[in-house]
Amino acid sequence: MSSSHQIMDTDTFIKGLWKENPVFVQVLGMCPVLAVSNSVSNALAMGLATTFVLIMSNTLVSLLRNFIPKQVRIATYILIIATFVTVAEYVIQAISLEIHKALGAFIALIVVNCMILGRAEAFASKNTVKHSILDALGMGFGFTFALLCLGAVREILGSGTFLGMEVFADSFQPWVIMILPGGGFFTLGAWLLFFNWRREQKAKKGAAA
Amino acid sequence: MTDLSLSYIFLSACLINNFVLAYFLGICPFLGVSGKLATATRMGGAVTFVMLVSSICAFGIHKLLIAIDAQFLQLISFIVVIASTVQLVEMIIKKFSPALFQALGIFLPLITTNCAILGLALFQTSKGFGFVQCLVYALGAGAGFTLALVLMAGLREELDLANISSMVKGTAITLMVAGILSLAFMGFAGLGS
Repeated sequence: MSSSHQIMDTDTFIKGLWKENPVFVQVLGMCPVLAVSNSVSNALAMGLATTFVLIMSNTLVSLLRNFIPKQVRIATYILIIATFVTVAEYVIQAISLEIHKALGAFIALIVVNCMILGRAEAFASKNTVKHSILDALGMGFGFTFALLCLGAVREILGSGTFLGMEVFADSFQPWVIMILPGGGFFTLGAWLLFFNWRREQKAKKGAAA
Repeated sequence: MTDLSLSYIFLSACLINNFVLAYFLGICPFLGVSGKLATATRMGGAVTFVMLVSSICAFGIHKLLIAIDAQFLQLISFIVVIASTVQLVEMIIKKFSPALFQALGIFLPLITTNCAILGLALFQTSKGFGFVQCLVYALGAGAGFTLALVLMAGLREELDLANISSMVKGTAITLMVAGILSLAFMGFAGLGS
């Protein structure tokens, strides 16, 4: 394999992690991000489940990309995604009933995560299987990373714990607001603000140099 | 759970457990279409209609799936029903109001992937609502969605005029405002027991 080809492969993977992060940059798939990020373990489970569905659906869509008629492609993608979400739901139920209960309807709602449909339509339907899998891996990990960012902030401030371990001394009064719905909006808003700030700093530095 | 009064179901779906601000369902259109008040109102109407129709269909399908003992098909059949309902609504709007069709743009087909609608179908099934309760629940959820969307659109129209730092502009400030709205809606929690 030529070296230029290899660079493209890693690019496909890396862009989902950072430059085109589905949550922080593209602002896709917001609903599960806000809803299940009230603790780190929930965020991790949700991220992994979404990554699994993303990889499987991207693979299948890419394999079938020459057979699916253009007119019914969206319906086909949704059916493919729904099938794998059903699989994921039963698997999670088998592994841990506790997580299944905590995530509730949001496992089923992976079906309507716009990110997955978006990747199927924008990437997997036009690229080879290998690239589609790499893209799914990158996007999936980027999504999980964003979920963990939110989950960590909300769990540490909202319940004073990290993955269930106490972080602060007893005198710490948890900010209950952070694990409530309002806290989700605030935390995501704050992260976006942080990234905007970084981007502006960088642009300023670039202009000065 | 099934002996809840209809008025309670409506209020609960509309205010106390508002789909957007308490359950985080349907955030994409909430952030995407809430720029203008007029568009927001119509989007709310379209979503409410799709909710009503898919709620009725989901009720029937759930009964059918139980009868033939194939509950694992629930998710797949729900999403197919929602997708076809959206297609129907799209055709109706295109025929009767091309201007609205233009204004809603990409967000109309995206109602399919609006989690509020699939969420509604799943919640009503898991709560074991009867037929009338399902209808009221769908109406309440639709009204709540429209309310949140309209409130947000009103706020954002004002925000456009405000002088804010370029760093905060866009999604960041919208999310902050949504957070405050969500806090305000927590006040309704006292309504339910």
